[in-house]
Amino acid sequence: MNLLLDADARSAITLTLQLASLTTLLLLLVATPIAWWLARTTSFWRGPVGAVITLPLVLPPTVLGFYLLVAMGPHGPMGQLTQALGWGTLSFTFYGLLIGSAIYSLPFAVQPIQHAFEAMGERPMEVAATLGARPLDAFFTVALPLARPGFITAAIMSFAHTVGEFGVVLMIGGNIPGKTRVVSTQIYGHVEATEYTQAHWLAGVMLVFSFMVLLGLNLLNRKSTRVLQ
Amino acid sequence: MRHFLRSVALVAGLTSGASTFAAEVSVAVASNFTAPMQKIAQVFEQDTGHKAVLAFGSTGNFYAQIKNGAPFQILLAADDETPARIEREGLGVAKSRFTYATGKLVLWSKQAGLVDDKAEVLRSGRFERIAIANPKLAPYGSAAVETLTRLGLLQSLAPKFVQGENISQAYQFIATENAALGFVALSQVFVDGRIKEGSAWMVPANLHTPIRQDAVLLVTGKDNAAAAALLVYLRSDRVKNIIRSFGYDL
Repeated sequence: MNLLLDADARSAITLTLQLASLTTLLLLLVATPIAWWLARTTSFWRGPVGAVITLPLVLPPTVLGFYLLVAMGPHGPMGQLTQALGWGTLSFTFYGLLIGSAIYSLPFAVQPIQHAFEAMGERPMEVAATLGARPLDAFFTVALPLARPGFITAAIMSFAHTVGEFGVVLMIGGNIPGKTRVVSTQIYGHVEATEYTQAHWLAGVMLVFSFMVLLGLNLLNRKSTRVLQ
Repeated sequence: MRHFLRSVALVAGLTSGASTFAAEVSVAVASNFTAPMQKIAQVFEQDTGHKAVLAFGSTGNFYAQIKNGAPFQILLAADDETPARIEREGLGVAKSRFTYATGKLVLWSKQAGLVDDKAEVLRSGRFERIAIANPKLAPYGSAAVETLTRLGLLQSLAPKFVQGENISQAYQFIATENAALGFVALSQVFVDGRIKEGSAWMVPANLHTPIRQDAVLLVTGKDNAAAAALLVYLRSDRVKNIIRSFGYDL
């Protein structure tokens, strides 16, 4: 791989993998309570909240990226908050990309987990309660293992979606090598500069690698469902 | 009744005659030239009866599309290299190339008073980020890098660069104040003969190679009457005045 790809390409790949892994991790943490609430609640707010979570799918990524740029800017709501906290502004930083990616992929994480919790039904939690388990205890020992396929799907979707993410990164990244220049924007840059050979190599390596990751997760998923059945 | 039929036939004859005469041309236009070209297409249709159908996008994308059979007849590029290459590769009509506009580079900030007319702000380094268009992709980006090199500031400012994929994105970074200042095209911040807001430094033309934007007739448009007419029309005085009013040189 070192022979085929130059230093820029390797740094873009490392950055992409960091971004995709951290986004996946962050999304699993954030999406789980949201999905649980959406799966269980009878509140009037279920519909509106579910719709808001799905909204990132509606906007074209570059448009979503543009609004994130505005929001993260010194006069935007996120920018004002981060400045008040002494972090400066998030645009053109890795953390900015992380938050942008998480917002962009949120529906892909919430929905599989929510469906898994819904498919599980009320019964397992009731049984656990009858057997004396506290709700939090039951959540971790009963609900989470039962919903495992949902989590794996959520992880696959979040990871893949972040690797392939382009518009949002393009808008808030600023193309800084080693900080915000990920594989997708790098490939696009090569194509724009008509450096097709570099573009093909980078795209090829990324496709093969992602295929292996996704295959691995899928096999894991099959295995876990079989264990449950 | 006969009278009516005759007039219908006459009108039909006239309009069909007109439509064979008035042709249509598809033009791929570099996005930085969007506003002037919309205006030009409008007067072109009034003056000649021909219709110019415009597609806006990046020159690099257009190149790839033209190479793969995109149905354009004229390319108005953001540079002079792409049209030359298109001609070399046999996709353009030989000797049809000419410079339709020359871009002007400007250092611009949305904040009033940040950029002075001697560009001292660049030396002071009193800013966190400076936006430029990707120098590899955009002629305005490479002109900005060239200018900073001439001023001896490239090394000290490079860590503060944020790059837009094109000049519109560099503009967005500055307009949303995510970057305090940056290099953009004059045409982006020029309204009614002056800088529309904030502060700016017009980069002297001798600090970088001219940003020539060339037009080329593609082989697909060789026999298109509207394409030929548009290429002549682009060099008329009326159009030149329009182009200048949008912040370009000629």
